[in-house]
Amino acid sequence: MTRHTLSVLVQDQPGVLARVASLFSRRGFNIESLAVGPTEVPDVSRMTIVVNVDGSPLEQVTKQLNKLINVLKIVELDPAASVSREIMLVKVKADVDTRSRVIEVVQLFKAKVVDVAPEALTIEITGNPEKLTDFLKVMEPFGIKELVKSGMVAVGRGSRSISDRSSRPADKSGERTA
Amino acid sequence: MSEQITGAQSLVLSLEAAGVTDVFGIPGGAILPLYDPLMDSTQIRHILVRHEQGAGHAAEGYAAACGRVGVCMATSGPGATNLVTPIADAHMDSVPMVAITGQVASSAIGTDAFQEADIRGITMPITKHSFLVTNPDDIPRAVAEAFHIASTGRPGPVLVDVSKDALQALTQFNWPTSVDLPGYHPVTRPHAKQVREAARLIVEASQPVLYVGGGVIRANASAALLRLAELTGIPVVTTLMARGAFPDDHKQHLGMPGMHGSVAAVGALQKSDLLITLGARFDDRVTGKLSTFAPNAAVIHADIDPAEIGKNRFADVPIVGDLSEIIPDLVAAIEVEFANNKRGDYEGWWAQLDRILDTYPVGYDFPTDGTLSPQFVIERLGIISGDNSIFTSGVGQHQMWAAQFIKYNKPNTWLNSGGLGTMGYAVPAAMGAKVAMPDKTVWAIDGDGCFQMTNQELVTCAINEIPIKVALINNSSLGMVRQWQTLFYNERYSNTNLESHRIPDFVKLADAYGCHGLRCESQDQVDATIEKAMSLNDAPVVIDFVVHKDAMVWPMVAAGASNDEIQFARSIAPEWGGEE
Repeated sequence: MTRHTLSVLVQDQPGVLARVASLFSRRGFNIESLAVGPTEVPDVSRMTIVVNVDGSPLEQVTKQLNKLINVLKIVELDPAASVSREIMLVKVKADVDTRSRVIEVVQLFKAKVVDVAPEALTIEITGNPEKLTDFLKVMEPFGIKELVKSGMVAVGRGSRSISDRSSRPADKSGERTA
Repeated sequence: MSEQITGAQSLVLSLEAAGVTDVFGIPGGAILPLYDPLMDSTQIRHILVRHEQGAGHAAEGYAAACGRVGVCMATSGPGATNLVTPIADAHMDSVPMVAITGQVASSAIGTDAFQEADIRGITMPITKHSFLVTNPDDIPRAVAEAFHIASTGRPGPVLVDVSKDALQALTQFNWPTSVDLPGYHPVTRPHAKQVREAARLIVEASQPVLYVGGGVIRANASAALLRLAELTGIPVVTTLMARGAFPDDHKQHLGMPGMHGSVAAVGALQKSDLLITLGARFDDRVTGKLSTFAPNAAVIHADIDPAEIGKNRFADVPIVGDLSEIIPDLVAAIEVEFANNKRGDYEGWWAQLDRILDTYPVGYDFPTDGTLSPQFVIERLGIISGDNSIFTSGVGQHQMWAAQFIKYNKPNTWLNSGGLGTMGYAVPAAMGAKVAMPDKTVWAIDGDGCFQMTNQELVTCAINEIPIKVALINNSSLGMVRQWQTLFYNERYSNTNLESHRIPDFVKLADAYGCHGLRCESQDQVDATIEKAMSLNDAPVVIDFVVHKDAMVWPMVAAGASNDEIQFARSIAPEWGGEE
């Protein structure tokens, strides 16, 4: 099992998220994370889907995804050639005795305190999934009261954009030659 | 500016603009506004069915018989959910179909209103696409897109759900001049390099087989296939969905592969060194245990749907495109190979296959107790009714016998539920086929189990002068399930005895439905009864063939077993013989 990041451009129409999500579940794939939002093109949304599968079932799922009428393009992002980020908000126990130590960690990770209460701090941190995991490891001894994480978003490095014709679609056999 | 009309009027105009001439459906609350202007359409004939499932299968039978998009219509909630089975069926068998459903008013959507069901959500995994229209201005575009999607690429069902308020509100009718679907561009032109590679494999192979699926029929590529087969001399097998794609009378035809395929067809695939797969999808009923299927074969896989390629079996040469373009290209590429004196030698291969064909012809034994043989009935039906006929079937033993013992020489003459295996398909599908092809003799070959699921559509046929003929293969049981109980459950017949030799009386039932009812219980009456039915064209005919209940479908590959373990008859495995 390997981790794959798919960028899926879709028409921004009602039901499109349900179509994509139900396709994954019907074909037996677990979505690890999913983020949806608008793009530079009006009426086109971008989904970043992280999924754990072997190589060839992934090809099958991208082919099935490509069959959805509202799906415009699917690109698998190579981790080495892309930038990926998650955002996380964590509420950590912090009283008079521990607050300064918590803040020290926040600064080390270039995170940000976004809310202060007498018994807790709420911290915002952005980064790749590994950085967020490392941050949590250090925070755990203080006591984590609440945690919320966005799905991962990712973009390819370099000057090319995903909507360029030249970028490689994830579904190789369905290449359009006409 | 064009005049203001209602959304319902716009929907009728849209259906007319899409070329619709026949619709099968039932009205109800949410779709009532549509039925009012529909009454005034001179182009569209609406056939009032007795159950929405019948409307759906009729639309399927219509489409499968003539190739045009079949249309069914139902109201919201239960009307729409009754269409779910035929929609799923059309999805599995790639049938071009548009289903129009009424929806509760948009203000009521999501409130659990009376007769509300989220039919778009329910049908998402079983449609090629689906629309929910709540703005009347969107109606023509949605209808145009629905027909375009249903009929192009790999055909399939499309649902258009229209809210009641959209049908009632005022709008203008503007039929789109073109369809703009940026995410939908089916590939039809095959990749030339792949076609050349396929031709190279074909002339180099020594034991090739043309593994032909239903896609050849949907692509209207039967004539091209005949040319390819005769050019190369390669043996042909046609799957359950492809019966008729290649003439059964042709000497290169080995029959149907699969669980109940001929020994020659199954054996040819198993021993092949090259499968030339055309519009087939390596279904489990064809491959048996996948890991042991055609173990020595390289695979050329040509299909319009890229997702089918490599789904179940790795393809050495994938070709995405329309078979009506791929096959002629392949013919041309093979001719180039021939011109370079590269030609396959299949003589030894044919010698092996001829021996298997001679030793293990598809046949049957007559019951020893003097009761009627169901296989004999079906075989005679095919011979007497002839090539100008369309045969539909339900699902089970009678379906397999109809696939085995009727000679299909033309495409679109064998209609059945292959993928989903929907009992009850035969009668409404025959109705749809007869509406599409009124000059053909249309037979529904049905079992007594299947027949009791959808026979109310005989009323529709009788009232609307759609004279279909039903050959009821009545063994008073759910025969295929009973066969499995015989073979795998120690003859414990749990809930498969329908007792329908007694109840209902199918002749009386036919009579009550305004149809001719005939009964046949002995072999010497079979021809006369079929001929009698052939002579009756003023109303539908039902023949109750009371047949032996222990007849079994052979050959058989048990579910999950390897095709190498095919049994020619019970406990009789074929002798394959050595390689030539």
